[in-house]
Amino acid sequence: MSYLHDIGKYFLMIKETFMKPTKGKVLKDLIFKEINDLVIGSIGIIAFISFFVGGVVAIQTALNLTNPIIPKQLIGFASRQSVILEFAPTFLSIIMAGKVGSFITSSIGTMRVTEQIDALEVMGINSLNYLVFPKIVAMCFYPFVIAIAMFLGILGAYIAAVYGGFTTADQFLTGLKDDFTPFHVAYAFIKTYLFAFILATIPSFHGFYMKGGALEVGKASTTAFVWTSVSIIVTNYFVTQMLLS
Amino acid sequence: MIEVQQLKKGFGDIEVLKGLTTSFDKGKTNLIIGQSGSGKTVFIKCMLGLFKPDSGKILYDGICYSDLTFEEQRNIREKIGMVFQGSALFDSMTVEENIMFPLQMFTKMKKSEMKERANIVIDRVNLENANNKLPSEISGGMQKRVAIARAIVNNPRYLFCDEPNSGLDPHTATVIDNLIKEITEEFNITTIINTHDMNSVMEIGEKIVFLKEGRLAWEGDKTQIFRTDNEEVTNFVYSSNLFKMVRKAQNAK
Repeated sequence: MSYLHDIGKYFLMIKETFMKPTKGKVLKDLIFKEINDLVIGSIGIIAFISFFVGGVVAIQTALNLTNPIIPKQLIGFASRQSVILEFAPTFLSIIMAGKVGSFITSSIGTMRVTEQIDALEVMGINSLNYLVFPKIVAMCFYPFVIAIAMFLGILGAYIAAVYGGFTTADQFLTGLKDDFTPFHVAYAFIKTYLFAFILATIPSFHGFYMKGGALEVGKASTTAFVWTSVSIIVTNYFVTQMLLS
Repeated sequence: MIEVQQLKKGFGDIEVLKGLTTSFDKGKTNLIIGQSGSGKTVFIKCMLGLFKPDSGKILYDGICYSDLTFEEQRNIREKIGMVFQGSALFDSMTVEENIMFPLQMFTKMKKSEMKERANIVIDRVNLENANNKLPSEISGGMQKRVAIARAIVNNPRYLFCDEPNSGLDPHTATVIDNLIKEITEEFNITTIINTHDMNSVMEIGEKIVFLKEGRLAWEGDKTQIFRTDNEEVTNFVYSSNLFKMVRKAQNAK
């Protein structure tokens, strides 16, 4: 029953987030700050992970192609499909649930513990709109990070495959272009937008409604990571079922 | 003036406020005192609208707060200044930004005008060389001054203070108490202070409301509180050795 209660509370929070807006000029500054903290601040780690995981995908694919009749261009094809369809949008979003999600939960949770949220409410400010709405808007730019991740993942795969001696540049590029379906990119970005919304709101929910002190902030961050990851995986399943099958 | 009529508030089976009726006068420092767990914070949070009362009325200058729409409540909230127990300063903002925050949210002032107004209240609370510091870089006493400056920057009509001198040394606590009293008189605002500090009672208790287990056990002023026969009040007032000694000395005379 408590899960149902929390789900209902979550949707009421979303509704409240879009009501009674904060003053435009203040909101604009908050959005830019959140873009910097949540999106731009994540590019480094995303780029690093994407490049190396892309390389590992290529090496793993190459090492498993032991049958001589399977063409080596499959390395480029498999790397592209893995990176665009799942690695960049889903796998990185789960990593972001840890990085961005715990940041959101702990920052809002600390504001709750130190009565900063009460201070906002006493002033007559819709604290959900002030705190959560800018995060939702900022996360609309998250797909740009995923686009960078896709590019760097494939670049990492190319470098690992070609300079590691597993295939030639021509073979890799042929495989990369082989049987390319543009809708797969659209599918990846559709689900990325959904994940971005989940990444902004579920950690906010756990931070905003937490009770207790410093220890509970830590617990709320962990809980937020678990539920954000679960939601991303479940959403991924249903979106894939609806859009690709 | 703030009037409270038959205010009740509970959490689950526990009834915290049991039908409180009292009033807080304009231009005076009104103190709510009582032991920990007596319902002081719940009372103040009900008056601020942070908790919704189960029943009863809270009237701000004759206007019943609970009957208002959110927008109308917001108009009243804009006239409320609040000093929280832990100061509740926005820790990612500097002292100056914290003080300018209510002006940014509710006025159409230019940045230069906001800075000017912020500096006036910074001077008023005797804060020096702290404008560009973060709350974590200043002392507890200075944080309280910043919180008071933020609370009064928008010329509030009502000032609430939740244990404003908790965690402060006796000298700084007295300075903060006197500052609140001066501001109350200067701006003619209704000030309500939640405290269990008897020094505050002696310094600034113009009207004192004593809570015991969620009900109003006694009300009066700082001279009356030391003369009352009310056992609940005397048990509270003379619970410290210092006040016991004062009473002994008075009785000896």
